[in-house]
Amino acid sequence: MIEFRSVTKSYQRSGGRQILRHALMSFFRRRQPEPFHALNNVSFHLTPGKSLAVIGPNGAGKSTLLSVVAGIVWPEQGTVTVEGSVAALLELGSGFHPDLTGAENLRLNAALLGLTRARTLELTGSIVDFSGLRDVMDEPLRTYSTGMMMRLAFSVAVNMEPDILLIDEVFAVGDQDFQAKCIERIRRFRLDGRTLICVSHDTDILLRMCDEGLWLDHGAVVRYGDVAEVVHAYRDAGSGKMSVSFP
Amino acid sequence: MRNRNYIFLLSNLVLKDFRIRYRNMSLGILWSLVNPLVMMGVLTFVFTKIRPNDIGPHNYAVFVLCALVPFNFYTIAFATGTTSVIENYHLIKRVRFPREVIPVASVLSNCLHFLVQIALLIGFVLAFGYGMNRYWLWLPVVWGLEIAFVCGLTLISSSLDVYLRDVRYVVESSNLVMFWLVPIFYSFGSIPKQFELVYNLNPISAVVFASRNVLLEGRSPAASLLWNLAAVSLAVLALGMLVFGRLKRRFADYL
Repeated sequence: MIEFRSVTKSYQRSGGRQILRHALMSFFRRRQPEPFHALNNVSFHLTPGKSLAVIGPNGAGKSTLLSVVAGIVWPEQGTVTVEGSVAALLELGSGFHPDLTGAENLRLNAALLGLTRARTLELTGSIVDFSGLRDVMDEPLRTYSTGMMMRLAFSVAVNMEPDILLIDEVFAVGDQDFQAKCIERIRRFRLDGRTLICVSHDTDILLRMCDEGLWLDHGAVVRYGDVAEVVHAYRDAGSGKMSVSFP
Repeated sequence: MRNRNYIFLLSNLVLKDFRIRYRNMSLGILWSLVNPLVMMGVLTFVFTKIRPNDIGPHNYAVFVLCALVPFNFYTIAFATGTTSVIENYHLIKRVRFPREVIPVASVLSNCLHFLVQIALLIGFVLAFGYGMNRYWLWLPVVWGLEIAFVCGLTLISSSLDVYLRDVRYVVESSNLVMFWLVPIFYSFGSIPKQFELVYNLNPISAVVFASRNVLLEGRSPAASLLWNLAAVSLAVLALGMLVFGRLKRRFADYL
């Protein structure tokens, strides 16, 4: 179960600099730069077994929303309820190190996601099988293509059978066969009563995998409801009228 | 998922640090012997040939090594631990796991060097004709407290370094200063009375004193020294957990 109630997350525009001089300057000036809202008063509710598609232009707050669900960033306002274990595929190669081999990365990733040693050993076989990377498991990850990295990341996340799976635009790099395999796996995952939140610009995949849709723009909810309705509204609006703007 | 296996997570992170550092080096962990040996040679040359001091030339090498081994661990673990959170930003920003394990794993991976250097120290102590004695049982306690102290310091410095990237330079400078303030090339006897308490309260100095008491003088460290060491080390560790716990929430925003 996932519930967001009026969740707001803002960032200070610091220009990415965190050195002592800037901290002192802002302390003496007493003038805080205007914050930028990555999420602005976002509310939604997702019951177990349902899946949510999050759409919107670049910089709309989609990834921030997943980070909040994953418990990686904390919002300033509003309440977030997340019940169950979470596995997040936020960006490719998340938590992987290029100098470690595929097998070593698999173990590290499983440990980070909270698996025990016994459970990791038990799942290793099925993770490797699912990824189809048996031949290259002992090669360093820097020799992998992006598609291969995504295969490994997805296999670890889905095989640990989390209650909630978060996917951020990772299907784009998989080949057709693997994409089909992922979609089939996710279908079974949902039948088990597990919850999925998926961010993608591929609206066709979202229509196949999700029940509900959430359209974000500049951190605010534009539309929330049935996935087909939200995706169609987004597509209609997208034909030239929407402009992508960065903060 | 609830009953997380911290040992499994920590051991994987320690192995990660270790593999990344040594995969492409043919000498591997033997490198960690080079630094103390070179420093021991240089200090022995300076303080027996150029400026002889009260320790005497025949056992000066092992006298210095008793201090270099714990001091080396302290400086390297503190410096690498300070930047550990920033260096693992890709994990912090993408995966949810208890953040404390990052600096702690960084310190623990340096413990493997510490162990190798301890073996070197023991080898020198025995080669110089000092025997084993029952006070050696204090050594794991004393060195264990040093590890706790460094973990505490690192929890503080690594979390501050996320917000103020200058912290690493402060740590580097403090390590240079500590080389002079920890009794590495001088003895407890040469410290004026009014400064003795300060030296006893500095855990690294206390570890050096205790190591020399046990290994070279064959006697138990003073009870007050051990109590001070335990109290300061554990207090710093507790403070580290507190500071880190406060600061970790906004890590992902600043990385």
